[in-house]
Amino acid sequence: MLSLVTFLPLAGALVILLAIHNDKAAKSFALGISLVTFVISLRLITGFDLGTANFQFLEEAKWLPEYGIAYRMGVDGISLPFVLLTTFLTPICLLASWVSIQVRVREYLMAFLALESFVVGVFCALDFILFYVLWEAMLIPMFLIIGVWGGPRRVYAALKFFLYTLAGSVLMLIAILALGYHGKTFSIPALMDVPLSFSFQVWLFLGLFASFAVKVPMWPVHTWLPDAHVEAPTAGSVILAGILLKMGAYGFLRFSLPILPDASRFFIPLIFGLSLVAVVYTALVALMQKDLKKLVAYSSVSHMGFVTIGIFAMNTQGVEGSILQMINHGIVSGALFLAVGVVYDRMHTREIAHFGGVAHVMPVYAVIFMVFTLASAGLPGTNSFVGEILILLGAFLANKAVAIVAATGLVFGAAYILWMFKRVVFGAVVHDEVRAMKDLSLREFALFAPLLVMVFWIGFYPGPFLKIFHASVEHLLKQAAVVKTGAAMVAQF
Amino acid sequence: MSMYLLIILLPLVGALIAGLLGRRFLGNATSRLVTIICMLGALALSIQAFMQIAVGNGPTVREEIFSWIVSGNFKVSFGILIDRLTAVMLVVVNGVSTLVHIYSVGYMEEDPDHSRFFSYLSFFTFSMLMLVTGDNFLQLFFGWEGVGLASYLLIGFWFTKESACNAAIKAFLVNRVGDFGFALGIFTIYMVFGTLDYAAVFNMAAAGQYPATVDFPLWGAVPTMTLICLLLFVGAMGKSAQLGLHTWLPDAMEGPTPVSALIHAATMVTAGVFMVCRASPLFELSQTALDVVTVIGAATALFAATVGLVQNDIKRVIAYSTCSQLGYMFFAAGVSAYPAAMFHLFTHAFFKALLFLGAGAVIHAMHHEQDMRHMGGLIKKIPVTYGVMMIGTLALTGFPFLAGFYSKDAILESAFSANTMVGNLAWVMGMTAAILTTFYSFRLVFMTFHGGPPADHHARHAYDHAHEAPWSMRLPLLVLAVGSLICGVLGQGMVGDGWFKEAIFIAKGHDALAHAHHVAPWVKWSPFGMFLIGLTLAWLMYIKMPTLPHILAEHWRGLYQFLLNAWYFDKLYDRLFVRPARQIGKGLWLTGDVTIIDGFGVNGTAALVERLAMGLKRLQTGYVYHYAFAMVIGLLVLITVYA
Repeated sequence: MLSLVTFLPLAGALVILLAIHNDKAAKSFALGISLVTFVISLRLITGFDLGTANFQFLEEAKWLPEYGIAYRMGVDGISLPFVLLTTFLTPICLLASWVSIQVRVREYLMAFLALESFVVGVFCALDFILFYVLWEAMLIPMFLIIGVWGGPRRVYAALKFFLYTLAGSVLMLIAILALGYHGKTFSIPALMDVPLSFSFQVWLFLGLFASFAVKVPMWPVHTWLPDAHVEAPTAGSVILAGILLKMGAYGFLRFSLPILPDASRFFIPLIFGLSLVAVVYTALVALMQKDLKKLVAYSSVSHMGFVTIGIFAMNTQGVEGSILQMINHGIVSGALFLAVGVVYDRMHTREIAHFGGVAHVMPVYAVIFMVFTLASAGLPGTNSFVGEILILLGAFLANKAVAIVAATGLVFGAAYILWMFKRVVFGAVVHDEVRAMKDLSLREFALFAPLLVMVFWIGFYPGPFLKIFHASVEHLLKQAAVVKTGAAMVAQF
Repeated sequence: MSMYLLIILLPLVGALIAGLLGRRFLGNATSRLVTIICMLGALALSIQAFMQIAVGNGPTVREEIFSWIVSGNFKVSFGILIDRLTAVMLVVVNGVSTLVHIYSVGYMEEDPDHSRFFSYLSFFTFSMLMLVTGDNFLQLFFGWEGVGLASYLLIGFWFTKESACNAAIKAFLVNRVGDFGFALGIFTIYMVFGTLDYAAVFNMAAAGQYPATVDFPLWGAVPTMTLICLLLFVGAMGKSAQLGLHTWLPDAMEGPTPVSALIHAATMVTAGVFMVCRASPLFELSQTALDVVTVIGAATALFAATVGLVQNDIKRVIAYSTCSQLGYMFFAAGVSAYPAAMFHLFTHAFFKALLFLGAGAVIHAMHHEQDMRHMGGLIKKIPVTYGVMMIGTLALTGFPFLAGFYSKDAILESAFSANTMVGNLAWVMGMTAAILTTFYSFRLVFMTFHGGPPADHHARHAYDHAHEAPWSMRLPLLVLAVGSLICGVLGQGMVGDGWFKEAIFIAKGHDALAHAHHVAPWVKWSPFGMFLIGLTLAWLMYIKMPTLPHILAEHWRGLYQFLLNAWYFDKLYDRLFVRPARQIGKGLWLTGDVTIIDGFGVNGTAALVERLAMGLKRLQTGYVYHYAFAMVIGLLVLITVYA
């Protein structure tokens, strides 16, 4: 089941490579494949046992048994939401690229489908080596999507993205190898129970942290993100903000907290500090951006700062809020990038000053854009409100000062996004190019519709979503509270 | 579906229908009709609920609608709580909202974007109802932010106007500052009590089941209730435009006038007062918090009244008046006279909505002129409007037997009877503000309606064509005028002994209101004395000697400018917060990200690698003897080390 969801898109990419030579047919085929993948992934929910924290839909196949490496797949309540988020956003991305991608269409579709496979695989992998392979593999299609179909400075942006992530990954690889060598297995669930000395945990934590922090991205290793976003095609930005950023935070949840609980607790001040800087610093930076996409990109850094705070609050509200907020951010920032793409496709500029008065010519678009703007500002009734309240509450229970500083993000977050919205959508029409713009097409409306539903669904009735990860989060918190060093098993390092 | 749920949902239904279908499918006339019918339904049901609970002595209504957020022990539901406190708010909110809907039919006639306007109005009403009917703090917060959003949308309704958009953002952000405190207050409540349910929290508070102090950063160990109440009050200061967080309210007048009447006078801005009354079981447990509420309220009452003295924009005068009257309500609550605060909230809704809608009729008559210096003599042109404005003014200024006479006097008498330092201070400030209130209110009436027609050519043209408002506008004015005449007499039972029952908690010994009924006659009649002083001054300066104001303004130029600029709060905040935020943002971006992190870090590393590579490249010369030499040296080193 999991392998099917994971590799169906990749199989689709192969079919396009070998059998479909017509751009149009390839588009429809790719969209169809991604939709089928989504439908199949929905069956994961119906078959999912909410009552347990155990990994489900387990699959295991021999790979390199002499090194303790195997093809192990499975999901729990923490990874399942991300699998679904990926399969949910991919069809939207493909539909978003329908018109804007004109060259090398088949290659683009293949890259995208491969990307989906690798990302889903990352969330399903229960073997550290498998995880690492997929984690790295995912870089290649993303690198290509930015580097080939991106904007004018795409090569710089793609390289920066690639090198940043690779630098982190190298350290992660060392940490993984050390861990696997020490634990004599690369099975992730098995490693959760392996005792580790404190100093060993600290080194491993730092190794993993290097990679996760870049991906989140945390301050100060966030500067690849604005460039990558600005140069990436719209769908690339959506998948980047919607899914790829979540991999870092997922890493903290999957590895750092359960495998290295003592080190995780030790590094709480570091994470809190960096996250708070991210929340405030990047919100202020976002305020001054002149490029729409850069503004949304910086807002992502700020919002992800909330997420890392919630995770390291290490209580139910904080962690559940963080997971929910990652889903929310995937939906809202994805939608915001789509909204930027809509006007970019018409005006071929993202300069905020070139807009103004869009509401006059695109009323439907203005309303939809506004919903996501307000969701980004965390208005009640939208999904982000629930996530932010839970995170801040969790943070408050863990450390009041952190919660207080983070809560200033409520003010800054509203400031930059509302000011941006005002300059783009409100006001009188000054530029003739704006006057010539047409309102949303049916295809474009179809991109936003599912995202709108999600915004209000989670906003008013988040229960079903919170239930998915509740049992796993409780289990995770127990793991994170364990003192592993008590077993006095010193690492051979 | 219960009747009570319907009260909340009807406005939402109206908002959704008008908002989603109005523009394309229904058209203006139908969408406004739909929203008005929904509002009438909600109003009828609200009155029924009021009769049942407040008049008929029925039991408090408690209903759970559905579970909203569940995360570990954190459980919050959408629920309905209707006791007498809520019942009063239901009538006020739905009553004024219905009238404003009807009024807007005439006022917004020329605006093509009808359905959007009515949709926003109904959406606001829905949020406000969520706020007042909630049975827990998070639902209160839901409504709290919801009305803030509606306010943002409606202030910026004419989004082509730069000033309207800026005012909308300002209102939202200043309120967010308040909400920041409010949210922290909610978190503290959860941390202390483990729940956000009113009933559970209040029970535990009454039973003393909470730690004496809570550690708070930079503040140390703070008495628990003081901390909670002060944080909540920060939210109230934002929403109810109290001194310090008031700067958004005058700017909010950029919105259409019906909005000012509904949101920025009668309902939303009173949410803070409602919240303090609702949380009276908590506030009563902290004398410090009560004193802060009293002082801030009294200071706002006086401050806003001084600024109101010199404003020339007719709506700004009323806006500052609202700010000032909200101050009265807060200091009433601060001396534990919550029923007096609610009573004033109730009467104020009538006469202030009346004044705003009356001002709207004036503006409508004068072709969107708002500057009172360009008005005058309108009594001849629009006598009906004059009549209702006069009733509103008399009700506000406390003319005997009209609304304000009962409610404002109840507040002042309570402050006097509190017999504490802050109570006395509030009484003195409140009395002074009462003179100013009368002065600016009659100044408004005199400048607008009395004297000769405006001299300015443009204004003169508007004056000549001035006419009474259409019936859709006149009807709400008349209803509110009648309300302003009688709501004081009718509502005075509210300040009677224990009328609010368990909805409002007053600690033993906090009996200012009980004593207020027995104050000496001079205390009772001194507000009327203030009225006479204010009226005389206004008459002197604007009827008898119309040149006097200019002479005074010239003579005390500094003071005049100080008041005209509202004590320079806006300038101060601009220098302190707005500009620095932008500069810091720019600095962090260009210096932090671009120069330091990317410059030294990322690109610096790349450059370093490149330089190293260049250096290494030079080693690869291609000459065999170079390599051989290196090998020999290397071998020697190895042997030396390992031998």
